[in-house]
Amino acid sequence: MVKGLIDSKRLWPVLGIFVILLILPPLHAPRFYIYILSLMFVTSLLAMSLNLTVGYGGMFQFHHCAFYGVGAYTFALMLTKTSLPMWVGFIAGPIAAAVVGLLIGWFCVRLTQLYFGMLQISLGSLIWAIVFRWYNFTGGDDGIHGIPRPSILSSSNNTYYFILLVLVICLAALYTIVKSPFGATLQAIRDNPQRCEAVGINVRRHQLIAIVIATFFAGIAGDLFVVLERSVFPDLLFWTLSLEIFIMCLLGGWFTFAGPMLGAAIIVALRTFVGKYTEYWTLILGVILILLIFFLPEGVMGYLLRISKSASQRISGRSQVDAASRGHA
Amino acid sequence: MLGQGFSFAALSSQFLVGLSRAMILFVVCAGLSFVLGVLRVPNVAHGALYMIGAFSAYSISTLFGNSSTGFWLTLILAPLVVALVSLIAERVLFCHLYQREHLMLLLFTFALSLILGDLVKLVWGATYRSVLAPAVLRGSIFILGSPFPRYNLFLLTVGPLVAAGLWFFTNKTKMGKIARAAAVDREMVGALGINVSWVFAAAFVIGCYLAGLGGALVAPTVSVTLGMDHTIIIEAFLIVTIGGLGNIWGALVGSLIFGVTQALGVLFWPQFAIVFPYAAVVIVLLLRPRGLLKSVW
Repeated sequence: MVKGLIDSKRLWPVLGIFVILLILPPLHAPRFYIYILSLMFVTSLLAMSLNLTVGYGGMFQFHHCAFYGVGAYTFALMLTKTSLPMWVGFIAGPIAAAVVGLLIGWFCVRLTQLYFGMLQISLGSLIWAIVFRWYNFTGGDDGIHGIPRPSILSSSNNTYYFILLVLVICLAALYTIVKSPFGATLQAIRDNPQRCEAVGINVRRHQLIAIVIATFFAGIAGDLFVVLERSVFPDLLFWTLSLEIFIMCLLGGWFTFAGPMLGAAIIVALRTFVGKYTEYWTLILGVILILLIFFLPEGVMGYLLRISKSASQRISGRSQVDAASRGHA
Repeated sequence: MLGQGFSFAALSSQFLVGLSRAMILFVVCAGLSFVLGVLRVPNVAHGALYMIGAFSAYSISTLFGNSSTGFWLTLILAPLVVALVSLIAERVLFCHLYQREHLMLLLFTFALSLILGDLVKLVWGATYRSVLAPAVLRGSIFILGSPFPRYNLFLLTVGPLVAAGLWFFTNKTKMGKIARAAAVDREMVGALGINVSWVFAAAFVIGCYLAGLGGALVAPTVSVTLGMDHTIIIEAFLIVTIGGLGNIWGALVGSLIFGVTQALGVLFWPQFAIVFPYAAVVIVLLLRPRGLLKSVW
């Protein structure tokens, strides 16, 4: 409880400054940077939604971008194939993703750990295979390009602000969920599923709800991708992207709220600027990942938190026992 | 193919094509499953190693001027190249991570697959390569009136040979028995004074050797190119899942299901042929979420 208060006390001003800083750039920065920042927002949301199941839920959500792709494709198809207003499609995207998440999750939560992950990879790959081949409907491996967007979102500045607004709303929602009793239960399940079962918590139902929420937000990220790129393609649902989001979470820090966001921003920035100089970007990504696994397994954010905690601990002179329990968490 | 309709000849020939595809899948998946059983890590780099096997096969067979001897040497040497690569990766990096949680091991193999994939691009470039089958195995023979590639016939004999070899290894050799024991209870194996780290290394290298062998075997039937790692690894994951994680015979059953549904799918509905094997996997998993055969875990 106390910890939560401290967290939120610290978090809100920081978040406020952050948002104000992010409102400024379009006034000065060139369009390319606006685009990169927008891409960071979209990827951040995707990574944070994954973290709800992986970091907080402890589930092996191996094929998260399948839901991202379902959201993006639903939105794109609604925009191109129907004449419904944009907001209908924008809502339909995440709902479709959540429904698919419910279906897949319903089977996955029956299993644990690696079986969970493997089953999800197979079911997600089935969606990918269908999207990849259904030329008449999804455009097959070409995808759909030149998706119309409403005139209000036509300039890159407006797109930027729109994506930022949606991101901030989603972050607030995710933060509320994580700090709610449901979020606490989810973390308890992650740390000790047997014990939670024993005290009468319906483990599977909690996990399933977490999956549905996470896939819903992944669907919103898919929506935002369409708004930004005005195109969709099957690579959005390919399993390599899923593992790449995993890397983002790992890089930022699993057990921290803002970590995945940081990780996503770093990876997008690196890919953009390193990718300019070399065509061997994945090689560099692989090396980064290995360095992370060996030297920084708790991620950048986890590392910073540990440092700041041990610093404040030294000041307040707390007991060793406390430190040990925190180290365990 | 469609002109013949669904005649019995077309069906049986396509069935045989599926079986020969299944043999390659089996060789690759047996390796993946073996590593999964002993180390409990789904080796994401398995696909990249398979690709290295195929590209090495190209280089070695070019070195021998595409001669028949060159091809047979390829089958011996290309998997050894892959085994060497995996041995280096295991001893230099991977072996330090065995105490860590599963997810880290999995992400490590993913990192390895990213690095190896780009190294292939660095060494062999992004062009399409092809490997010639030896003269004996070129052309087709006629089975029930429809042509059937001789090379596929060769694959149909190699698959059972590999299966027999694996059976012999896991059941009749000391090394294989230790590996099986380590899969079931690694603490006990360690307590008996066996160096578990080296057992893991050996299992990893043997598994990767099979990936290389699969790559070398597949090389004459497809165009060897970047990206073949991504397709095979996802197929291999699905196959070992429906077979039962870590069960080599499950990998065989899974490969047969996958290969045959894929081939028959091409016959019945070419546009959605890719969906058939995935759908088969989903059906199996819905009925038996833990796979058809008993998992070693």
